[in-house]
Amino acid sequence: MKDVTFGQYYPANSIVHSMNPAVKILLTIAYIVAVFMVKQFYFLGFAACLLAVILITILAKIPFLKVLKSVKAVIFFVLLSAILQLLFNKNGTPLWKGGFITDVGLLTAGFITARIVLMVLGATLLTLTTSPVDLADGIETLLFPLKLIKFPVHEFALIMSIALRFIPTLIDETDRIIKAQKARGADFDSGNIFKRAKALIPVLIPLLISSFRRADELADAMDARCYAGSKKRTKYKKTPFTVSDFFGLVFMAGLIVGVVFLNGFII
Amino acid sequence: MEQIIAKDLYFTYDKQTPALKGVNFTVQKGEYVAIIGHNGSGKSTLARLLNGLLTPTLGTITVDGIVVGDKKTLFEVRKRVGVVFQNPDNQMVASIVEDEVAFGPENLGVPRKEIKERIDFALSAVGMQDFKRATPSRLSGGQKQRIAIAGVLALKPDVLVLDEATAMLDPQGRKEVLSTVQKLNKEQGVTVVAITHYMEEVTKADRVIVLSDGEMVFTGTPKEIFLKQKELKNLGLEVPLAVYIAQKLKEQGVEIDGDVLTQSDLAEALCKL
Ligand SMILES: Nc1ncnc2c1ncn2[C@@H]1O[C@H](COP(=O)(O)OP(=O)(O)O)[C@@H](O)[C@H]1O
Ligand SMILES: [Mg+2]
Repeated sequence: MKDVTFGQYYPANSIVHSMNPAVKILLTIAYIVAVFMVKQFYFLGFAACLLAVILITILAKIPFLKVLKSVKAVIFFVLLSAILQLLFNKNGTPLWKGGFITDVGLLTAGFITARIVLMVLGATLLTLTTSPVDLADGIETLLFPLKLIKFPVHEFALIMSIALRFIPTLIDETDRIIKAQKARGADFDSGNIFKRAKALIPVLIPLLISSFRRADELADAMDARCYAGSKKRTKYKKTPFTVSDFFGLVFMAGLIVGVVFLNGFII
Repeated sequence: MEQIIAKDLYFTYDKQTPALKGVNFTVQKGEYVAIIGHNGSGKSTLARLLNGLLTPTLGTITVDGIVVGDKKTLFEVRKRVGVVFQNPDNQMVASIVEDEVAFGPENLGVPRKEIKERIDFALSAVGMQDFKRATPSRLSGGQKQRIAIAGVLALKPDVLVLDEATAMLDPQGRKEVLSTVQKLNKEQGVTVVAITHYMEEVTKADRVIVLSDGEMVFTGTPKEIFLKQKELKNLGLEVPLAVYIAQKLKEQGVEIDGDVLTQSDLAEALCKL
């Protein structure tokens, strides 16, 4: 369990990896908007989005399988909505005489599937090419305007980064507690779901208690290093806007124009 | 020059029996002081008083003439007195080494360019300059604790307080941290106050302060302290094995020359026989 890498960051030295995380988040949102802009049954727009995903994957030096795997997480959801459309969409004409599946039902099922899958692929590219730390950093940058309405952006960002920092520590600790409880005869693997959930209580309680102790000690360590909130604090980490970000913006603008253009053609 | 002056320090948590009852001591600039004492003797309380994490109930501490525990000078004191705690995992805020080291200077509002210099300085001072982009959770205990020291050094402190900073480390990690601290003391002139219960670490100090039940019972050089073997034993403390063996041998009439503090001293003395 020690080597669990949370998130799905795939480290590589690529133009996509080196982009500014804030820009990447914005571009991902733009991409999702593009996917939603594709008019119903104008599948060429989806082809453009798929092409964009393929291009980005190649540029990011990520194996295609890694990207495709992300669909697994939503496969149940996708199948369910597709099947519901096939069975219950009564618009259009039946595909065969007396059949219960209509042409519109089939097209809608295909459309919904393509929309969800493309959306997930795009979002996955973001998390594959951006480490959680950089993601948190990007979110902080994007939240910056909220300072105007007195939203504590710095504190929020610090909470995110401390949470990320403690995930590996807490995973290790959970592992250790589970082993300790197993050594005392605890059984986590048998019984129904309620029994198993109950068996986790002796793991969660020590974990909770030790987290409070950790929080206490961390607060002391932060105080000892002169932490005093965001006042007059400087920021060491800088993520500049680079050429690759510029290309990213142009690329995404191209995709949106493409989708709008293709919305004029039906096949 | 006297850097830390503690006068009649009293400290009480929640009105119970005091954790410190009238402690007096001074620490010279550039000195390496070890503090030992049984569990609950008040060592951590003292460490927290030294940089204003706690405020004395009675008595005063000054660092470079600045009174500790005054709200107005709190950050002046914390800049001067860096504290490294026991558990390396619980004193890190960032997931990347350089961001971790940057935390202190960022808090002080140090300009970015200077933070960069401070990171390089602090990481090379603890011999971790090649780990700038590393993730602390993947490092060994000794390496993590050296990063924690670097995080404190980035504030350019004059005094480094270590509250059992080696207690959770394996022997290798303990060695790494100890030699790092000794180097800082010798080469950078950083004053060190090291709380420990490893007697081998005590032998490296210029002076030892022994606490018991919130009172300072002895102070002196390691040699002087280790001569009080019986008294230490009564306080629940052991002397280093080499010192113990040398004294036992002397009692048996073996002529051990000179003062034995470390294993190599003992080996040398035995070879002279
Ligand atoms: N946060 C606290 N609240 C109340 N009492 C405390 C607290 N921390 C320590 N003490 C008490 O103060 C005394 C000294 O503790 P401490 O300074 O931690 O000793 P040491 O570090 O030498 O083991 C002990 O009796 C301990 O129980
Ligand atoms: Mg202690």
